[in-house]
Amino acid sequence: MALDDAFEAREFKVVGTRPIRPDGIDKVTGRARFGADASASGMLHGAILRSPHPHARITSIDTSRAESHPSVKAIVTRDDFAKELSGEDWNVLENVMAGERVLYDGHAVAAIAATSVLAAKEALALIDVVYDPLPFVTDVDEAMRPDAPVVREGVADESVPEGMNPNVVRYHENGHGDVDIGFAKADLVIEKTFKTEAAHQGYIEPHACLAQLGADGNGELWCCTQGHFVAARICARLLGIDASQLRVTASEIGGGFGGKTTVFIEPVALALSRKSNRPVKIVMSREEVFRATGPTSSASMDVKIGMRKDGRITAAEGEFRLQGGAFPNAPMEFAAMAAFAPYDLEHVRSKGWDVLCNRPKQAAYRAPGSPMGAFAVESVIDELCNKLGLDPIEVRIQNGSKEGSRAAFGPRFKRIGLIETLEAARAHPHYRAPLKPGQGRGLSCGFWFNHSGETSVTLSLSYDGTVSLAVGTPDIGGSRASMCQMAAEELGIPFDRVRTTIADTGSLGYNDVSHGSRVTYASGLATIKAARDTIQKCCARAAEEWGIDPEAVVWEDGCAKPSGHNAGDFEPMSLAEIAANMGDTGGPISGHFEATPTGAGVSFATHIVDAEVDRETGAAKVTRYTVVQDAGKAIHPSYVEGQFQGGAVQGIGWALNEEYVYGDDGRLQNAGFLDYRIPVASDLPFIDTVIVEVPNPGHPYGVRGVGETSICPPLAAIANAVSNAAGVRMTHLPMSPPRLLKAMQEAGIG
Amino acid sequence: MKMMHVTTSINGDPTEFLCDPRETMLDVLRDRLNLTGAKEGCGTGDCGACSIILGGEVICACLMLAAEAEGQDIETVEGMANDENLHPLQKKFLEHAALQCGICTPGILVAAKALLEKTNNPTETEVRYWLAGNLCRCTGYDKIVRAVMDAAEEMRSL
Repeated sequence: MALDDAFEAREFKVVGTRPIRPDGIDKVTGRARFGADASASGMLHGAILRSPHPHARITSIDTSRAESHPSVKAIVTRDDFAKELSGEDWNVLENVMAGERVLYDGHAVAAIAATSVLAAKEALALIDVVYDPLPFVTDVDEAMRPDAPVVREGVADESVPEGMNPNVVRYHENGHGDVDIGFAKADLVIEKTFKTEAAHQGYIEPHACLAQLGADGNGELWCCTQGHFVAARICARLLGIDASQLRVTASEIGGGFGGKTTVFIEPVALALSRKSNRPVKIVMSREEVFRATGPTSSASMDVKIGMRKDGRITAAEGEFRLQGGAFPNAPMEFAAMAAFAPYDLEHVRSKGWDVLCNRPKQAAYRAPGSPMGAFAVESVIDELCNKLGLDPIEVRIQNGSKEGSRAAFGPRFKRIGLIETLEAARAHPHYRAPLKPGQGRGLSCGFWFNHSGETSVTLSLSYDGTVSLAVGTPDIGGSRASMCQMAAEELGIPFDRVRTTIADTGSLGYNDVSHGSRVTYASGLATIKAARDTIQKCCARAAEEWGIDPEAVVWEDGCAKPSGHNAGDFEPMSLAEIAANMGDTGGPISGHFEATPTGAGVSFATHIVDAEVDRETGAAKVTRYTVVQDAGKAIHPSYVEGQFQGGAVQGIGWALNEEYVYGDDGRLQNAGFLDYRIPVASDLPFIDTVIVEVPNPGHPYGVRGVGETSICPPLAAIANAVSNAAGVRMTHLPMSPPRLLKAMQEAGIG
Repeated sequence: MKMMHVTTSINGDPTEFLCDPRETMLDVLRDRLNLTGAKEGCGTGDCGACSIILGGEVICACLMLAAEAEGQDIETVEGMANDENLHPLQKKFLEHAALQCGICTPGILVAAKALLEKTNNPTETEVRYWLAGNLCRCTGYDKIVRAVMDAAEEMRSL
């Protein structure tokens, strides 16, 4: 029985089908329990006081009036959390509860637990905070200027050249060749500057948790999170308790997209519970979600590309400046690394700058950094194709990365499917469909790395031959269905004989977060290997029963069988028979897998977009959309299509409407779904999908992560479509009506 | 603040509750009656995750004061399935994989049910505009619109 990770071609019975997801009925009947759906006996309700200033010194916090409120049972400030943290732990705590200064509008300052939500909110007004306002900066380009207000001193690491504003905290560079030589060979060189504004993941479920922590350090936490093991680890550090003493259970999660990979309210609820000795529930309001969770970075970028008349790119250069709020780690290196990944380039150079601003700490948002970089690069390629009269798909096929191509960021690609997505896009009827007057077509490729991460899985047999699968990656979009499929496939049993549970942190080994498009790859690989471990044990039981060597037993169609006539002549023994007797044949049977896999395959996509522009109002509308993406192997094709469609539509929102708008006062102006407008059903056409399957050599079934790549091409593809429709190159996202109207007016169009 | 006594009907069940006059219908459903199917995504009527049916009309439960429920008929997602039999919309949402995370699903199902009670043959455009008040961030609405139209077709043939 092969136990390595390598892809092996095979015929599938369950994988590739579209069964009803096992948690489906709970989700359509209202029974599924999300973060805010839990309650506990004696429960208090928490509320958080937040800064109205973008940057200020906290002179004093007086809680005495709030303490005298009859419904208030506990108040916490920074003093109630662990002292002497450093590095990222300190950053997370500083973001969860401000220390000496508030660093952005919405930064938490204090929290209250009271007997009702209404009382907790009422009592917040009784906490007296004196602030000493400080100068602030919210724009990435302004923050890099030598005279810009400094968000925090001493954050910059050794990568930053001397003489920069202290707001510049990290620098990254990659590439190969000599771009000057390459540009000299070009027939046309185009260089442009681009900007994208910060967008929010916009998950519909606000953060929510229910915490109980005793004075002995023993605690329970229920929360909506993309990773409860990571939440346990971070919360334990911030509270100064042992991680194993805090059992965290992941609720059903109402969307995350990267935004629920860290903690915001969970340590606060635990601190309030420890102080009040009662369970404490905190549910964020939508306004809090916008002001004080982790939107994505905003970006400012310069891209220069040279092309010959025949379409060959001779050199490419980019500079990517990303602000990630008042803390380091804006994903500038991902922008700089992913931007040129689709192209096999002889001369390429890419630089990234990580910049602090007085904004909330960015969190991951679906392929962090890549969509912005792709927007800049793919816009310039579109412009080059337009000017040189070249077909945008042919140019991309001509220059596209393939197996063996050296990525701009260093390694040579293994088997990848970019060219296959381009060929499928070229063959799609959408690409040849005529456009109506006023419409434009745009195309873009996109790339994402995909992630592996620490993974533990346990698969246990029940006496009736059914299977319990415990995984540690919260199911955000139907992953329990694909886990059941992979276990059933491997064991040779029907889909509905497997039940997958998201185990709590006390019941399973450590698991990394559900992020990086890793779940179907890594938890899937772990499920396959845990099933193979189980099969080995089942084969050993059969061998023992038959009195033959375990090596002489094979597993086929859900049964142990002698490997051939030489092994002996025995009737096949089914999984159900082996399970029914397991107590007498050696005890319970479970299979395990614990490791950090290393074979997550990178993924590429090509998107085609048609858009039309209203020249009077500047309103742009997407009229047709086709996603072509390499999934490696689609375990449950419906949910793969769903990831393609969801990523594309989030991209539509980011490209056309969504942005964090900061006023001159440094405060967020649009902290609600009315003014931060995400796409609604009537804005959109159907989103057509084509699943390309070029197997990932690092997964037994060839799976590649699919969740993130789908948001990499849309910003560029839509910008190209809108630019071609409007007759003016759009370089600043979102292309909201005022911005588009202004661009057309300045170009004398309309 | 003095509590109010309210007598109402929820999913056909006679229901009484006490509430603070400031509490919304959503607060009472979720926190006092343990009907947590309706979700709070915004609290301002922008997302539709708390959609319920009040006297035949879809409303956001977060925009209704609980005290206004006096003497009314309220339907929530918990009342959609007929005992063990799922509503055609619920079945079609599962068949079409019209949900990913599922947080918006109860509100969308309730809103779609109200649409299909008004018209059993909606166009794609009608479905899209009817559901424009229900935000979904996962699916891009594609499979949701298809599921609603397929459910309408099935209901027409019943």
